[in-house]
Amino acid sequence: MPCEHSQLELHGYLDGELDAMGAANFEKHLEDCPDCKRVLAAEESLRSALQNAALYERAPESLRKNLLGTPEKKVTPIQPGRVSGFAWQWLAAAAVLFVAVTVGWGVWQRSQSPSSMQLVAASLVDAHLRSLQPGHLTDVESTDQHTVKPWFDGRLDFAPPVRDFSTDGFPLLGGRLDVVQGRTVAALVYGRRKHIVNVFVEKGPPAEGWSGFGSLQGYHWLAWQKDGFSFFAVSDVSAPDLNQLEQLCLSQ
Amino acid sequence: MGHPLVFYIGSARERTDVLEGEDRARFEAIVLPHLDAAFNLARWLLRSRGDAEDVAQEALLRAYRAFGTYRSGNPRAWLLQIVRNACFTWLRQNRMGEEFTEFDETTMPQESENPEALAIANSNREQLSRALEALPPAFREILVLRELEGCSYKEIAEVTSRPIGTVMSGLARARLQLRNALSQPQPKEARRAV
Repeated sequence: MPCEHSQLELHGYLDGELDAMGAANFEKHLEDCPDCKRVLAAEESLRSALQNAALYERAPESLRKNLLGTPEKKVTPIQPGRVSGFAWQWLAAAAVLFVAVTVGWGVWQRSQSPSSMQLVAASLVDAHLRSLQPGHLTDVESTDQHTVKPWFDGRLDFAPPVRDFSTDGFPLLGGRLDVVQGRTVAALVYGRRKHIVNVFVEKGPPAEGWSGFGSLQGYHWLAWQKDGFSFFAVSDVSAPDLNQLEQLCLSQ
Repeated sequence: MGHPLVFYIGSARERTDVLEGEDRARFEAIVLPHLDAAFNLARWLLRSRGDAEDVAQEALLRAYRAFGTYRSGNPRAWLLQIVRNACFTWLRQNRMGEEFTEFDETTMPQESENPEALAIANSNREQLSRALEALPPAFREILVLRELEGCSYKEIAEVTSRPIGTVMSGLARARLQLRNALSQPQPKEARRAV
């Protein structure tokens, strides 16, 4: 009979959904439960197999185009009123068709050029890559949030929230200033196993395109807001890992 | 002149409820970024890209109509809830016997003696895809939301209208069933029955 913890807590632990106390308790339990250890290893390999298999299927272009409105030849019926001359109807139909085509064309054009979200994502992924060059990762290197936070004082016109999540597997490594699309932002650096996560922080509501999540060149990114700050995390860790970091940041 | 914009969806055979320009822009900014999420969920629930495209489009149309009632909250969860409901309605109407069933609380699949982590790790995309498609829809849904979409338990609970506890136990069962399927020897010519 398998250990009962393997059926619930183990999954909460795997998904980063246990609170710090719960996770610590489970880790303690894990030390002397070979059952759970075995199941956890199997679950982890299932997860990485699922993620490596690239099963996610993105919406086809045709769907996107349909939704953004293709100019339609058939227009909605119009009410020409009493003066219903033949030419009048044609003129009105032509006018409506013209509007439909113009609006449709505008929307279509917009759908062809990269969205502001993609542009923001591209520049933040670039910033992430730059940070991985030797010597570029951190301006202030410390695992202590009380060292990193004051460092930003006087360098930015806001004090970014800095927290260490090492008990949840995201140790704070340090911080630096970065420039994204001409704006100076705070970059907080976290570790995740052997990987680096950059969390870019800006004050105020998110700038245009600073939203959503996705992946680009093999890097995942995820944006969120809290307490008047906008956050944008970029890393090569898995999307669920970024999600966990978001949850940690949103909690408390 | 402030004419309301008409949002054409699909073949535009119908004029959808009219949203004022500002609402329409909000819909494009808030809901449309989750189009991939909508399609991916529909694709795995329906096991077909073609059907998923139709149903996702229909769901987006519904979301667009209901957008007036959306004020705040998690837009991805809001949209995915509409998508999954559209999918299960579609399955009920088009594929008898494949429709949604609740988790069976009584039968927990047994952990096999030796879950072969190695066999699972070596599974290729086709094996994984086939095993995932063979799961009951409720299990498939929860795994897709968690592992492919990266939803938190809270979001999954919102999308599927289930308590978080049920989400957690459902995930445990879904994963176990998937692992068991993957650690069995793979039949060479296995084909799914539709």
